[in-house]
Amino acid sequence: MSKLVQDKEAIIAAVQAPSIGHSARAYGERVRGGDMGALPAVIGLVVLCTVFAIARPSFLTAINFANLFTQGAAVTVIAMGLVFVLLLGEIDLSAGFASGVCAAVLAVTLTDLGQPWYVAVVAAILTGSVIGVVLGSLVAKVGIPSFVVTLAAFLAFQGVVLIMLDEGTNISIVDPVVVAIATKNMTPALGWALYAVSVVIYAAVQLTRARRRAARGLVADPFSLIAARVGSLAVIAGLAVYVLNLERSRNPLTISLTGVPIVVPVILALLVLWTFVLRRMPFGRHIYAVGGNAEAARRAGIDVDRIKIGAFVICSSMAAIGGIIAASRANSVDPNTGGSTVLLYAVGAAVIGGTSLFGGKGRVLDAVLGGAVVAVIENGMGLMQYGSSVKYLVTGSVLLLAAGVDALARRRAAAAGLR
Amino acid sequence: MTTPLLEVRGLDKSFGPVQVLHDVAFSAYAGEVTALVGDNGAGKSTLVKCVGGIHPVDAGRILFDGDDVQVSTPRDAGALGIEIVYQDLALCDNLDIVQNMFLGRERRSGLVLDEATMEEMAERTLSGLSVRSVKSIRQQVASLSGGQRQTVAIAKAVLWNSRVVILDEPTAALGVAQTAQVLELVRRLADQGLAVVLISHNMNDVFAVSDRIAALYLGRMAAQVRTADVTHAQVVELITSGRSGELGIAP
Repeated sequence: MSKLVQDKEAIIAAVQAPSIGHSARAYGERVRGGDMGALPAVIGLVVLCTVFAIARPSFLTAINFANLFTQGAAVTVIAMGLVFVLLLGEIDLSAGFASGVCAAVLAVTLTDLGQPWYVAVVAAILTGSVIGVVLGSLVAKVGIPSFVVTLAAFLAFQGVVLIMLDEGTNISIVDPVVVAIATKNMTPALGWALYAVSVVIYAAVQLTRARRRAARGLVADPFSLIAARVGSLAVIAGLAVYVLNLERSRNPLTISLTGVPIVVPVILALLVLWTFVLRRMPFGRHIYAVGGNAEAARRAGIDVDRIKIGAFVICSSMAAIGGIIAASRANSVDPNTGGSTVLLYAVGAAVIGGTSLFGGKGRVLDAVLGGAVVAVIENGMGLMQYGSSVKYLVTGSVLLLAAGVDALARRRAAAAGLR
Repeated sequence: MTTPLLEVRGLDKSFGPVQVLHDVAFSAYAGEVTALVGDNGAGKSTLVKCVGGIHPVDAGRILFDGDDVQVSTPRDAGALGIEIVYQDLALCDNLDIVQNMFLGRERRSGLVLDEATMEEMAERTLSGLSVRSVKSIRQQVASLSGGQRQTVAIAKAVLWNSRVVILDEPTAALGVAQTAQVLELVRRLADQGLAVVLISHNMNDVFAVSDRIAALYLGRMAAQVRTADVTHAQVVELITSGRSGELGIAP
């Protein structure tokens, strides 16, 4: 009898599953309540692209579209790592020069030590992890504010890079595999294959998840919503792959230039990996908990120090990957690799994407969207032949705007009784 | 007379030169609400923290179900089934109700979180407590009212088959209607067979739900009485001066 009642309840729950309109309304409520997520970044991206496309038609060419990815890749990857530290309400100002140190390790291992590319890459990433352990321990165990620890590291790492590069020489990178990461493209067929596999896997994950939840009588996403999500991904990604597979060489007879840049699947894989860690694993849940209320997390038996060190390790290791990409794109490592604007662009990317500087709110996808905004500004301003002065001013203003939106959203949330 | 589920005998506790608890005896019975009252600094929170394994005791015994037990860490207390809901609730605003209820004790299947099972268990616990006021258990705690937050914190404590639930001033920050809701919930916990310890300053709350009252006065247990046997005035006297007529600490 009770089994029957349960089944009936399950059916009711399944019937009452939220419709697509319901989801849209819930999203609207969240936005009005101050939880805008990535909305400002998406709107900003659309506005910027429209403005640049009108002002400089060359912005919309296939070659420029491909350039956007390779130009923005290093900053985006560093920003993805920074999200973990920002989620805790901490900051890592040394991520830029950490990427420089790791790039120098890569270059020295490749050239001076003559090791193969995989040894050099592993050495660079390991260096990043060690940096993360040191920074994280100083913050978590010793209790020095992360701002100070990483500011000190920011200065010290510049010195480390100079020492490794013999006070300022430039090491060029000739290893074909490392160079390929940021400068070569996949074949068009491989691009489409990757596209098909990604869309199918995304759809399968969404559908099985919804079906499993519905089978247990829990509220599941309706089929229409999943179809809309998968559909929009398929259209946008399909369009991107199509454009990237167009011939973009100025002289196609002598040299052909087509295909999705290799950095795209690299960023995609990192995005999936870290999203999985944050959303589906206890470690990720605990990062949000520590960022939301560290005392509550401690009382719940979570090892707060371990979580903090873990976040710094991820951040510095991602900085290492960013450094490898930067070295690959420049074909060389010099004392300014990871310097000047890299860190601020990376922090800007994470915050513009919707990651809160106050901790507890943010996604890895935010870093990718924000990284796209930063790359578009940099690229578009370059096309319009503005000098560095204007670029700095605009990017600085956008960062300030994003941080302002973040702070205002919090106040709005407080006013709406959401905090 | 039945054995108390939780009993403390001869408990002493000092912080440096300051002795906070002197030879305290305290009992809580299954199926009953025991109110723990006392003025600020009387030692209520210290007593609770000793039982919860946060402070080590200097001397004295803690008995659980009649057996001597060692409670030296919060985990020990959790293993016995003693859960404390602190005044500040210790909830993460940026997580939803289910995530908060399972914080630090997440169910997993392999490497990943088992969201479906956690959601089912949370749903069952909340409906077992007849909580219907929340819209969705996937709602962020930031969007809940004070009473709803208190409810989530209590549900979190009950989720783990706990047998003793200690509530530190659960109604201190609540309005009239929400206070009534939470007190009803407190009563329901006891009716389900749990031993509930309610720390409160509010005599109306104490008399509304408690079966027994334990009054601490300057670190000593002034009296443990059945609520039905005393009046408001007597309890207030016990709190403020440590004795009331026949009751209380001998002068």
